[in-house]
Amino acid sequence: MVNSVVCVKQVPDVAELRIDPMTHNVIREGVPSILNPDDRIGIEEAVRIKEKHGGRITVLSMGPPQAKAALFECLTMGADNAILLSDRAFAAADTLATAYTLARAIKKYRNDFDLIICGRRAIDAETGQTGIQIAEQLDIPHVAYVKNVELFPEQRKVVVKREVEDHIETIEAPLPILLGVMEGLNKPRLATLREIIRSKNKEIKVVNVVELGGDLNLYGLKGSPTWVAKVYPPPPKAGGIIKSGGTRETVTELVKILVEKKLIN
Amino acid sequence: MDAEGKFDAIVVGAGPAGTTAALTMARGGMKVALLERGEYPGAKNVFGGVLYRWPLEEIIPKFWETAPLERQIVDHRFMVMSKDSGLLLSFKVDGRGKAPYNGYTAIRAKFDKWYASKAEEAGVTLATSAVVDDIIMKDGKVVGVRAGPGIENELYADLVIAADGVNSGLAVRAGLREPPSPDQVALGVKEVVELPAEAIEARFNLRKGEGTRMETMGCTHGKMGGGFVYTNANSLSVGVVILLSHLMELKMKPYELLDEFKAHPSIEPFIEGGKAKEYSAHLIPEAGYKGVPRLYRDGMMIAGDAAYLCSYPEGTNLAMASGMLAGKAALHAKKNNDFSAKTLSVYHEMMNESYVIKEMKRKDSSHTAMLNNPRIFGLYPDLINEILADVLHVNGETKTAKHKRAKSKFRDKVGLLRALRDAYSTRGMAP
Ligand SMILES: Cc1cc2nc3c(=O)[nH]c(=O)nc-3n(C[C@H](O)[C@H](O)[C@H](O)COP(=O)(O)OP(=O)(O)OC[C@H]3O[C@@H](n4cnc5c(N)ncnc54)[C@H](O)[C@@H]3O)c2cc1C
Ligand SMILES: Cc1cc2nc3c(=O)[nH]c(=O)nc-3n(C[C@H](O)[C@H](O)[C@H](O)COP(=O)(O)OP(=O)(O)OC[C@H]3O[C@@H](n4cnc5c(N)ncnc54)[C@H](O)[C@@H]3O)c2cc1C
Repeated sequence: MVNSVVCVKQVPDVAELRIDPMTHNVIREGVPSILNPDDRIGIEEAVRIKEKHGGRITVLSMGPPQAKAALFECLTMGADNAILLSDRAFAAADTLATAYTLARAIKKYRNDFDLIICGRRAIDAETGQTGIQIAEQLDIPHVAYVKNVELFPEQRKVVVKREVEDHIETIEAPLPILLGVMEGLNKPRLATLREIIRSKNKEIKVVNVVELGGDLNLYGLKGSPTWVAKVYPPPPKAGGIIKSGGTRETVTELVKILVEKKLIN
Repeated sequence: MDAEGKFDAIVVGAGPAGTTAALTMARGGMKVALLERGEYPGAKNVFGGVLYRWPLEEIIPKFWETAPLERQIVDHRFMVMSKDSGLLLSFKVDGRGKAPYNGYTAIRAKFDKWYASKAEEAGVTLATSAVVDDIIMKDGKVVGVRAGPGIENELYADLVIAADGVNSGLAVRAGLREPPSPDQVALGVKEVVELPAEAIEARFNLRKGEGTRMETMGCTHGKMGGGFVYTNANSLSVGVVILLSHLMELKMKPYELLDEFKAHPSIEPFIEGGKAKEYSAHLIPEAGYKGVPRLYRDGMMIAGDAAYLCSYPEGTNLAMASGMLAGKAALHAKKNNDFSAKTLSVYHEMMNESYVIKEMKRKDSSHTAMLNNPRIFGLYPDLINEILADVLHVNGETKTAKHKRAKSKFRDKVGLLRALRDAYSTRGMAP
């Protein structure tokens, strides 16, 4: 048996995000919300682990009431129950406050966990820090950038492959642990009709700040030592140089340019 | 759902027809699954549009107190337009500021969602993001539906009601009809233009909360179709509808027709300064009474647009009425524990006695004429506008001369006999 908690975030579909040219703020209005892609991979992995070893999967999210839709989607993929941490007091949290909130909920509601799965990063703010900070707050080990997971519940250990710049590390670590998973780990399934229907009877528990308890100064804006000074689109790339013609001439020209620019000698 | 994935009934499509059928059955004690492919009911659904009080009021009494509605319709307008002028008729009624009204504008994304929630309250199991791609047959009977590979994507029931809209893959799969041909459907293209409520009320001469529905003809290059403008709370729905086969003959893009319509001098002032919010396109059944397919077979019924039960601009009401009767037929079958075609034929009988079929029959007389008579959508609107422009233009020439010219124009271009014949053949178009 492996009990897991999967942290998921509902994010704006960045493919449809635009930045207001005047204010430089992200225009969120009218942008559809989706389940963060890395978190979908997290759910899939948890469901595969459950299919193999048994156990219970709880999905956890902090967000506005609409985030229920993302949680429901996780249930239709095979998670057992969901918890939504939703309160104005949680709003405008940076990663530290987000991690505090999530870690507190895990301790309070699923302290029997063997495994916490987070996505490598959320496609909107993209700090890639939340998972790591949850692990620190819970004082458990973590591995980020995970591309392969093998569990050995009897030995209370996990063997994971982790992708770093130019090589792959194989790491053996004890349970309980937090894993930050990324693209390439698995191919998330489509929900089946019957699981969609069964999910109608699964619980999505909504928890507010009163119920969660804890230190009010550590939630939301108050608990967030970071703030956004400015958001702006990256400057557009200058158009490159395109040479056409025969291979010999173009390669010769290219080499000449590279030498001129002192990029090769 | 029991352990074998079985319900009493499965309804495919949570539009007006499907939700009504599911609601009716659930209230009668049946266990019903309502399967909708959208992320939520109404997510991709499109209509003009006006929602009529009948028969929704019978299903949800006082629906206007809780349903997400835009404006109560008190002003019915009809415009006969030529390229650059328009004759407008407005009939104002119901303007006493007291509910209930005869009709309300609505946005389907909001309304369908609300309506399906009423079905859920009645005990219906609604599953969204559920794309049904086939029916399951056993011994010549429909016994379920499939939404993907594997048993986990199969659902079983004594009865399947296909309310999956105009294209109805399921009715086609069941052999009840063919996919629509281009002369059985019209294409509607629509844009939602945002405007402040006060601007809408000022432009259409309305009190607060009141609304206008405006239908126009003469904006489709002589082809069968027309335009519309409907007032929502904070936006206008502006669109053009044209028979698909005629659109193909025209060799115009649908949005080009819509752009022309929006730029027309009689339309442009309504939408001026508004912000285009969304653009959508959807097919509308135009097969007439003759096109209505067989409505049932062993273990299955079809309702709403799926059965071409639409008589533009009335569609949602006919869908609800047919959904309700399908639901009643299902309860009858459940009582007898017999879902054979023989038992389900009560649906057909009830439909024949209903407003839906009677109204479609009445309109059918004009259907062929509208399909094949280019005068109706081109020559007449142009002629009316041309004559009015000439007669109303004051330039020193006597009205007697102008009247005479009008008469001869009419005689040359149409002729009294032909006009009478055209009027008779399109009598079904009368409101
Ligand atoms: C400097 C800075 C200032 C910010 N200020 C604000 C602000 O003022 N207002 C505001 O609304 N936002 C603000 N944000 C965004 C906010 O901090 C992050 O959205 C949030 O803390 C999560 O971080 P992330 O999106 O980078 O997630 P990542 O750390 O990239 O996410 C990794 C994984 O953590 C988990 N996770 C992340 N968020 C959640 C969640 N909410 N619920 C469950 N699991 C989750 C998921 O598994 C996810 O895949 C700010 C971000 C930064 C970098
Ligand atoms: C431009 C335009 C203007 C109109 N104006 C009006 C008006 O003013 N007043 C009026 O009353 N009517 C109007 N109509 C007609 C009206 O929209 C339709 O007649 C009505 O929506 C029919 O209802 P229905 O429930 O049969 O089908 P639909 O409303 O089309 O609902 C079908 C449902 O089935 C779902 N579905 C389809 N296939 C599948 C599948 N395989 N699996 C699961 N779900 C599926 C769809 O997502 C949809 O929710 C208009 C139509 C158009 C296009």
